[in-house]
Amino acid sequence: MRRIVLFLSGTVTVVTLLFGYHTSTAGGLYQAAVAVDSSSSTAATSGNTATGGTSSGSAGTSGSAGGSGGDSSSTRTVTGPTVQTQWGPVQVQLTVSGGTITDVSVLQHPSGNSMDQQINDYALPILVQSTLDAQSSQVDMVSGATVTSMGYLQSLQAALDSAGI
Amino acid sequence: MDALHGRYVAQLMGMPVSLALRGRHARDARGGRAWAAVVRELEEVDAVFSTYRPDSAVCRLDRGELDLRQAPAVVREVLDLAERATQVTDGWFSVWLPGPGGPRRLDPSGLVKGWAVERAAAHLADLDGTDYCLAAGGDLTCRTGDADDVPWRVGVEDPADPARTLAVVPLLSGGCATSGDRHRGPHVVDPWSGQPARAGGSVTVVGPSLLWADVWATAGYAHGDDAARWLAEVCPLTTLVVAPDGSVRTHAPAA
Repeated sequence: MRRIVLFLSGTVTVVTLLFGYHTSTAGGLYQAAVAVDSSSSTAATSGNTATGGTSSGSAGTSGSAGGSGGDSSSTRTVTGPTVQTQWGPVQVQLTVSGGTITDVSVLQHPSGNSMDQQINDYALPILVQSTLDAQSSQVDMVSGATVTSMGYLQSLQAALDSAGI
Repeated sequence: MDALHGRYVAQLMGMPVSLALRGRHARDARGGRAWAAVVRELEEVDAVFSTYRPDSAVCRLDRGELDLRQAPAVVREVLDLAERATQVTDGWFSVWLPGPGGPRRLDPSGLVKGWAVERAAAHLADLDGTDYCLAAGGDLTCRTGDADDVPWRVGVEDPADPARTLAVVPLLSGGCATSGDRHRGPHVVDPWSGQPARAGGSVTVVGPSLLWADVWATAGYAHGDDAARWLAEVCPLTTLVVAPDGSVRTHAPAA
């Protein structure tokens, strides 16, 4: 089992509503507005984004969030479903206390060749923060995540749902 | 709407596909069956379009073993869409990519994902009183039945730091796609040179259709450093471009 320290302070502050517009295209309702975080980063390291395209890995586990929202004052652990990525299974466990996530453990993470390991070492810890950021800004889905991180995120997101957060 | 979402995840077409449902069938058996139908359909699409399966129709087409007239109708549909995509993007989106020193190769992956996900989402549209948000490898399509309802909130990942979302897109119904650097698998390829497109940054496009959002995001990323200006000029959709230096530019077309 692998444990990761949480950073609860990294709240995204959404400051500006830049634009919004409507259009009536076939299929109906469409509304878009983009709010940009004022403190958006200036560093430019290369991204770590999704592998596109169609590929061979199609067998997968489907997991659905189980359980329902519970008592917000107690401390409990919630385990997300195992999510298959093309590099192996990912599963996370949350500890929730008083309605706040106090810990995240990665129960399973992909292990394969050293390249995969490097990517995992890089991807998993920072995603803890990502998910907390996402949670704090109430994001339902993320556009642009890595394949590895998506698996992780989804397991975590499902755990969040189970926790009723 | 019920605040609790139903969530489903599966590895399909080589990427995680994730569904959020809210409303009447978010967590019941009907919602589960609709998800199963989505999974089945995406598996079928992968069998036809995968560039990783030597026996797929697309691989056989590419090797010249299959005549387009004998190909499944969905392949012709996708190639027609691809041709339109190439036209509207002035050639910056193409499924015929220059091979290394060789002839152009057929790789419709950049279009198939958006097309397939949007098509599979039809199974979810059948769920009455239920909103969905269906994502595949970082691109998504969503629907909200009621205009007065809460939009889906789509976080746009910071390409320099996937630990952060640098924007939030409230989306009632439509698609959102992001193209960025890829450490794994095929890069976004400049369709003119066959070389991987720029390093760093990302292009996010939001619109009524995931397929076209995806096409424009890919074309914009392939365009390189000039993406923001170019998209503002020619793309009819809402765009968010993160330059390699981290600066963010957004543009919405006139209503």
